[in-house]
Amino acid sequence: MANLSLRTLTKAYAQTEVLHGINLDVADGEFIVFVGPSGCGKSTTLRMIAGLEEVTSGEVVIGDRVVNHLEPKERDIAMVFQNYAIYPHMSVKKNIAFGLRSSRMSRPDKEARIAEVAGILDMTHLLDRKPAQLSGGQRQRVAIGRAMVRDPAVFLFDEPLSNLDAQLRTQMRLEIKKLHQRVGNTIVFVTHDQVEAMTMADRIVIMKDGHIQQVGTPSEVYHSPANTFVAQFIGAPSMNMLPGTLNGGGVRLASGQSVGTIHTSTTSRPILLGVRPDDLTLQGSGPTVVTGHVAVREPLGAETLIYVTTEAGEVIAKADGRSPPDVGAHVTLSADPANVHVFDADSGSVLT
Amino acid sequence: MTATDIRASSATLDRSAVTKPRNMGQIIRWLLLFIGGVLMVMPIAYMISTSLKWPHEVYNVNLIPQEPTIENYTYVLEDGRFYWWFVNSIIIATITTISNLLFDSLVGYTLCKFRFPGRQIVFIAILSTLMIPTEMLVIPWYLMSQSLGWLDSYWGIMFPGLMTAFGTFLMKQFFESVPDDFIEAARIDGLNELQIWWTVALPLVKPALAALAIFVFLGNWTAFLWPLIVTNSVEMYTIPVGLSGFGDEADVAWELIMTGAAISTIPTLVVFLIFQRFIIRGVVMAGLKG
Repeated sequence: MANLSLRTLTKAYAQTEVLHGINLDVADGEFIVFVGPSGCGKSTTLRMIAGLEEVTSGEVVIGDRVVNHLEPKERDIAMVFQNYAIYPHMSVKKNIAFGLRSSRMSRPDKEARIAEVAGILDMTHLLDRKPAQLSGGQRQRVAIGRAMVRDPAVFLFDEPLSNLDAQLRTQMRLEIKKLHQRVGNTIVFVTHDQVEAMTMADRIVIMKDGHIQQVGTPSEVYHSPANTFVAQFIGAPSMNMLPGTLNGGGVRLASGQSVGTIHTSTTSRPILLGVRPDDLTLQGSGPTVVTGHVAVREPLGAETLIYVTTEAGEVIAKADGRSPPDVGAHVTLSADPANVHVFDADSGSVLT
Repeated sequence: MTATDIRASSATLDRSAVTKPRNMGQIIRWLLLFIGGVLMVMPIAYMISTSLKWPHEVYNVNLIPQEPTIENYTYVLEDGRFYWWFVNSIIIATITTISNLLFDSLVGYTLCKFRFPGRQIVFIAILSTLMIPTEMLVIPWYLMSQSLGWLDSYWGIMFPGLMTAFGTFLMKQFFESVPDDFIEAARIDGLNELQIWWTVALPLVKPALAALAIFVFLGNWTAFLWPLIVTNSVEMYTIPVGLSGFGDEADVAWELIMTGAAISTIPTLVVFLIFQRFIIRGVVMAGLKG
């Protein structure tokens, strides 16, 4: 059963439409992540679900209720903000209890609930402290605690990890994922960080310019991108895109180099050949994709990124961390045809 | 002369060249501060000094009274009128301060955090009243008081100052520093707009409230022109109006005026001592906000 549905949801500011008819069903207990570059509409969508932005047209459905005209407090949601939004003049306990202000629970029940949430988030010893006496990670946990205490139908997270340093972000990412496994509520999480999206989500919604580009599991969006935007946005380093022409199932790159048969289509058309750096091998058995000279090496420990200058442009590949080719060395990069993607050069959509 | 000597003498020269202007600058700064301090302290010193003098010694400029007396304090405190003026001033300054804290912050919050048609026009209209001098307003105020039957009453004295454009402006600027996320979080947590203002927004602008409290309290405590115009009976006078009445055309009783003034500074000192840590922070924050 869908716990949250967006039906042809649009948002316009004056004459400018920023969200163009979003459709999405989120299952009960699902962890869904909206990801995309700044200005793609992901935060606007979240705020419309929360009731902090008016819906221009379309419907937001939570449970079995259309909530377009309900106040945020009536929607059975809780939200964690990017800058935590925990009240600096209240103790941790009061901040968490704040979420229960409008609840009809008895005082002992409220106390028990606060203690339970504090226990889950390992904050029992921090309850009497003020936010100023907490670290960034602890503040974030308080914000999550305030949202959790109400046990809402849907949790909304608006880039909650962006203010944390890299190490803490990794730790909190794991904590949120564990928390989701424990409490099982539906979570809608917004981020611009594709690593966060990949590591946390059950399904990822990739957005650009107010449109959904693709919805799928992390594996689907990584291995079967719907278009060049998704292909290049997901994965670091980005997928290599080489312009060429599809002809009789084979591809001839713009540089004149010919790549073997990699597609079933026999229609001749201009294409972009997409291949991820990790799918390119130096001495592979697949068809040769490109040849060139190593221009730069970036050692990452277990592996080394090599930037290869080819006639088709610069191509990034991954080489072994212990014995990467030298700078200036001539290399031949090949790939398994199953891992090569062919996109229409005009529309950017994948050719199936 | 050896190389060491040369280095030593050049080091001495360098040090004198560097330290001399700094010393001079410091001397000038200290001198200016001393003059400023004297200018500020002298009136207070003379006020206390005069309050301890007999009438025949009042026009003697010496700071230390030749025959110090507390007779003036006894006279003023035993005079029933001063008690009434003191109570009137306390009531008026307190109610006006509370009213300003409530309504200035409410209007400032609304103008800052809500988007509604005409918001900017309302704000400019409120600000523009700052440009109208009190002297121009007292006649309309008087006519209004007269028509409402508020002459010679607390309402008459207080109504022009129950809300101020300055206070509204000050509070609006401070509310700008309260992130919208706090307000939106409170909305999601189920508070109505009035509860959000009271529970979330107001505690976050405490320094501004403290600064405004001091400004308004002092302003009303020392107000003279309007209370003088709107009051007729001696019982309704405030301290500044009442003190000006000590003495007659032929003889102004300066020692009594100074005694009343000295006593009347006590509440302002108390208010300032309570709120000074906030006002200093408040002024710094106001400066940062521009």
